[in-house]
Amino acid sequence: MQTVLSIAIDALAYGMVLFVISIGLSVTMGLMRVVNLAHGAFAMIGGYIASYAARDLGLAYGFAILLAVFGTILIAIPIERLLYRRIYGAPELTQVLMTIGITFCIIGIANYVFGPTLKTVPLPAQLQGSVDLGFRAIATHRLFAILCGLAVALALWYAIERTAFGVKLRASVDNAAMAAALGVRTQIVYAVSFAVAVGLAAFGGVVGAELLPVEPYYALRYMVTFLVVVSVGGAGSIPGALAACLLLGGIDTTGRYLMPEFGEFFFYLAVIAIICVFPRGLAGRTKG
Amino acid sequence: MQPIFEVRNLKRAFGGLAVTNDVSLSMAPGDRVALIGPNGAGKTTFVNLVTGNLTPGSGEVRLGGETVTGIDAIGRVRRGLVRSFQVTRLFLEMTPAEHVALAVLQRDGRSGRLFGNFLAMPDVMDEVGQLLGKLGLRELMHRKVSEIAYGQQRLLEIAVALALKPKVLLLDEPAAGVPQSDTGRIEQALADLPADLAVLMIEHDMDLVFRFAKRVVVLAAGAIIFDGSPSDVTRDPRVREAYLGSYANASHAA
Amino acid sequence: MSMTTTNEMIGQTPVRRRFGASDLIGLGVIVALAIVGYFLFPNNLALLTRIIAIALLVLSLDLVTGYCGVATLGHAALFGAGAYAAGIVSAHYGINDPIAMLAFGIAAGAVAGLLCGAVILRAHGLPQLVLSIALIHLFHEFANKASSWTGGSDGLSGIAPSALLGLYEFDLWGRTAYVFGVVLLVLVFAILRLIVRSPFGMLCRAIKEDPVRIRSMGASPKAALMKMYVISGAVAGVGGALNAISTQVVGLDSLSFTMSAESLVMLVLGGTGSLFGALTGTIVFMFFEDVVSAANPFHWLTMVGALLIAVVLFAPKGLYGTAADFLSRRREAK
Repeated sequence: MQTVLSIAIDALAYGMVLFVISIGLSVTMGLMRVVNLAHGAFAMIGGYIASYAARDLGLAYGFAILLAVFGTILIAIPIERLLYRRIYGAPELTQVLMTIGITFCIIGIANYVFGPTLKTVPLPAQLQGSVDLGFRAIATHRLFAILCGLAVALALWYAIERTAFGVKLRASVDNAAMAAALGVRTQIVYAVSFAVAVGLAAFGGVVGAELLPVEPYYALRYMVTFLVVVSVGGAGSIPGALAACLLLGGIDTTGRYLMPEFGEFFFYLAVIAIICVFPRGLAGRTKG
Repeated sequence: MQPIFEVRNLKRAFGGLAVTNDVSLSMAPGDRVALIGPNGAGKTTFVNLVTGNLTPGSGEVRLGGETVTGIDAIGRVRRGLVRSFQVTRLFLEMTPAEHVALAVLQRDGRSGRLFGNFLAMPDVMDEVGQLLGKLGLRELMHRKVSEIAYGQQRLLEIAVALALKPKVLLLDEPAAGVPQSDTGRIEQALADLPADLAVLMIEHDMDLVFRFAKRVVVLAAGAIIFDGSPSDVTRDPRVREAYLGSYANASHAA
Repeated sequence: MSMTTTNEMIGQTPVRRRFGASDLIGLGVIVALAIVGYFLFPNNLALLTRIIAIALLVLSLDLVTGYCGVATLGHAALFGAGAYAAGIVSAHYGINDPIAMLAFGIAAGAVAGLLCGAVILRAHGLPQLVLSIALIHLFHEFANKASSWTGGSDGLSGIAPSALLGLYEFDLWGRTAYVFGVVLLVLVFAILRLIVRSPFGMLCRAIKEDPVRIRSMGASPKAALMKMYVISGAVAGVGGALNAISTQVVGLDSLSFTMSAESLVMLVLGGTGSLFGALTGTIVFMFFEDVVSAANPFHWLTMVGALLIAVVLFAPKGLYGTAADFLSRRREAK
């Protein structure tokens, strides 16, 4: 029973971190139809900035998170302007090549600047230790990650379903040309969504640093994980992404608990099985 | 004559809305039938049901006496049911010769061959040259399709379909989008279609329908409301009602 | 404009795609380059042999990506399967005849191609790409865990190919391996030229442009793509086996995502959809890698990334494709 609970908590925390990182990818993919393999690289940049701020500069955890989010967005803006703009609407292979090129560059640069070693983001005292829920204690950090995931899901749901921007976003996802004809300035919608997506990736990279350790090959190691969330959940679908994250988090964590030797093997096997069964994603809302 | 193509009580609904409602149609070799109907009448759905890209809710499709309802689109093509596309769907990087040769090789079961080149296969080249020659495309046979005029692309659509030696040919608006100056060439190609081929043409252009078809079938709201000679179609009260006058001025052509 | 004037305008177009001559020239260029390489880098034949092995992988990738339009980031699975099969029959079963090892490599590559094709072709677009990445990781993990067979992360050693045809020992200088590699490359290249221009090759080019249209012509795109995947696997298997025979060791890197991604980079660098493009890309990339990565492997990744971005932005048809375009435009202008 204890094991089941531990697995459940860990899976939930892991799934939520996945969700925070990949939801931005899902929305931008639904919106701009760009196969963005470099999304994980932005999460990695966030992790590095937070690690540098908290560990080397000794800044407070919350401040480090803010710095990571906005720092990553700042770095991403010129990349979007100069490179991503060129591949909107391009064939898939072109997009794959461009974004994998960006990923390689970021990995190489991160390696050069920060070295090949693992970087930690030191947790503040409040997030260390554990919380007693009455029937059992769980690590505070796990709880924090879960809460962050829920907060992001709620905030996004509110932003997309209840705000004027959300209406424009949904219209653009459904039919960009039509939305533009109706007076939605899709360029601005694109830019804001891209910035939010990158910011969320950075946020997830920091919050999830305990579960997905920050190192130069982060961007490659978790590339398939983030992409699979989108392709299983269906691009642009928040409930789909949430379901996919919890499912994948569950599979991965269970695998690592029960068969630590073959954990990754079964994870990839599960990924293949899921996509083969749902080639259009759980939400089934893919176009083209 | 024994029908080569038959549709019996075909039904298909999307979410409770009957898009094809109890449609029956029979064609003999050599038939020239035009299928017309106002927008939203269910012509596209009907074509997809016939070609096997959609599964009917009930009813059957028969081809040369064989029931093909359970056979997929590829199997129906191999049994002689071939369609052309309303918007040309050609391989823009390939040449007309390659298009026709591919169809000929596919028909003969040679498209999987790993050696040889059709340019060096006299039988294939003969057929390619003959077909393209008949349609006036012989000079262009080695140009890329993206470099030839739209009217010529429409003709190539017909050539590809013919190269598959169909028993039943579905032509989806063969003259759509072709400039007026080029429609004559296409009408000539339609007139030259093999005599024993059963042709079902889906068409909006009533002039073309009256020149081409010996029989007109009118589809409205998913059901066939008229099946008879072209001279009677515009006098039929139900047809007039279905079109609500949108084609009223076509009556003078009859 | 009416059709008749158009006809007259382009009436005397010569027949394109003459065959025979360009093939012989291509093969001649390969042999000439091989001879030049032999005399220019007599102390670095191992590198040249590795280039040939990788070139076979890139050619194999070109078959599915360039000719059929399947985007995959997991193609090293086919190469690795060939390499491990050739290595395992030698190290564990004492089958040391290089031709027999090659045959096992080809068979294993073809089987891996069948497997990967069956999985990858189930989806399209992003899910397809994710499947290919998951597959290469799966293969990698499997080889890593089955260490009693593969040597795991230490690599598979104990491969001892006997003399080629019973006559030519695999020498320390790698001369035999090099000549063996050149002969294999020439053979594979000639066969692929035939296949690419065969009815089947034409069918695949058509599928790349519009699979729906091909269905309405009565051909099954999936069946054709599976067949191409098996052929592609056999070609990659030749490359893998050549690598195992020449280096006498097989490492996990031959089944890695990086290898898959790099082979795609090489293909795009040279130009997709052309066998010469695949060769050009491999040669340029491998020499570049040899020079740069010797200095610093981390800079290497940055350089590959930058190179990739530059190709996408400035030469989307690749080096060979851009050059060929330029030449044909020059010729037309005359």
